[in-house]
Amino acid sequence: MARYSVWSLARNALSYHRDWPRQWRSPELGSAYDVVIVGGGGHGLATAYYLAKEHGVTNVAVLEKGWLGGGNTGRNTTIVRSNYLWDESAAIYELALKLWEGLSRDLNYNVMLSQRGVLNLAHSLGDVRAGRRRAEANRLNGVDSEWLDTAGVARVCPILNTSTSLRYPVMGSTWQPRGGTARHDAVAWGYARAADARGVDIIQNCEVTGIRRDSGGAVAGVETTRGLIGTKKVALAAAGHTSVLAAMADVRLPIQSHPLQALVSEPIKPVLDQVVMSGAIHVYVSQSDKGELVIGAGIDSYNSYAQRGSFHVLEHQMASIVELFPIFARLRMMRTWAGIVDTCPDASPIVSKTPVPGLYINGGWGTGGFKSTPGSGVVFAHTIAKDAPHPINAPFSLDRFTTGALIDEHGAAAVAH
Amino acid sequence: MLLIECPWCGPREEPEFHYGGQAHVARPADPAALSDAEWAEYVFMRDNTKGPFAERWCHSAGCRRWFNVLRDTVSHRVLAVYRMGEAPPEGPR
Repeated sequence: MARYSVWSLARNALSYHRDWPRQWRSPELGSAYDVVIVGGGGHGLATAYYLAKEHGVTNVAVLEKGWLGGGNTGRNTTIVRSNYLWDESAAIYELALKLWEGLSRDLNYNVMLSQRGVLNLAHSLGDVRAGRRRAEANRLNGVDSEWLDTAGVARVCPILNTSTSLRYPVMGSTWQPRGGTARHDAVAWGYARAADARGVDIIQNCEVTGIRRDSGGAVAGVETTRGLIGTKKVALAAAGHTSVLAAMADVRLPIQSHPLQALVSEPIKPVLDQVVMSGAIHVYVSQSDKGELVIGAGIDSYNSYAQRGSFHVLEHQMASIVELFPIFARLRMMRTWAGIVDTCPDASPIVSKTPVPGLYINGGWGTGGFKSTPGSGVVFAHTIAKDAPHPINAPFSLDRFTTGALIDEHGAAAVAH
Repeated sequence: MLLIECPWCGPREEPEFHYGGQAHVARPADPAALSDAEWAEYVFMRDNTKGPFAERWCHSAGCRRWFNVLRDTVSHRVLAVYRMGEAPPEGPR
């Protein structure tokens, strides 16, 4: 792997940047692997990287039915934070945030982490109580989080409409200064390059069509559009299609797939230097380095695999953004798109072994998978390598729906996951 | 946006309706006899079909009645609409 540095940049400038090596190989598909990871997005590639780096498992294939990072990794609104209510969630999202903070150096790839701070607004007495409780719970878990009153919110984000004339006035906000955004494509590319350098085979345009099992019911291989691959361990990291893949091995999941839409405005000069989220009135927004406002909201209500949603959801989102930021009222919106998110009944993910030996699931992240990418990769790699969960993902087992030990994060997740 | 044909009111736009998830999930006949796994299946586990999917909708801004819709989750095409208590229509899925 050619290391990126100011020296390599200067050296390649001499040859007009025509001789940079490719960032990863396009290997032939092998006939057998120790581990096959289904899904070449951030979570799948991170899992491959940590399998190789922390567990020495390098005979690994990552299968992607489209192109790298073309699913939800390339469709999210790039928000990173860890201010979740429950201890279990704080542990996994804070693990991820700590890894984010060193990720560019670890991968030798600039993931453009920008810790600009995240506001989660409160608009009612109920919101205020839940927000204060969450901020205090965060502090007990070592997560930087504080409560701001309305004047405090106005100081942090002067362009926000904090007048009392709003239908849903801003009554305060939680504030996580270490939260922010990261460049979503770079996360997939950085992990792909680093995993490839450690010997992982990344196979694009290869869709899994079946999971083979031996007479004892354990995983024996996967059928793909490019042939059969023998393996005793299959790890699913294909957000949106987790249920479809799990059904190939007769595993039932509590997951429902929904479209989640987002959109960007025309680029403007820097005006918004935080991430502002409002679960109650359904919108979240940040400004990209290019100057576009990146705006998201809640899921469409119905089940779908179509990667598109209904227009009235976007209308509602725009109404909310104009209410909170009257300054944005005359901006034009440039592009809209949707991704398919797997939602769980308790708004928490499933990172778990399954009743089928050799089948591992990483899904159900709902609308909030991107922020957890590094942490999810670490604990999922551990689960696969040791055939036992890491202490941090043990509570996120599939069993919790039978035992009743749910991790209800609707308060911290809800609309703005 | 979906155009949904309410069996009582006729075709109306999606914001008039409320989604109710998978149809035909029967309440257990003898709840006291259920194991934890059976409760998990009834309470949490749902089909997440890619393709024609039988689901419930409520015309909440209209007649406020629940009904069933057979809809393709890939094309979003509404294939059939039928009332509560009726079986999903036969035919090519």
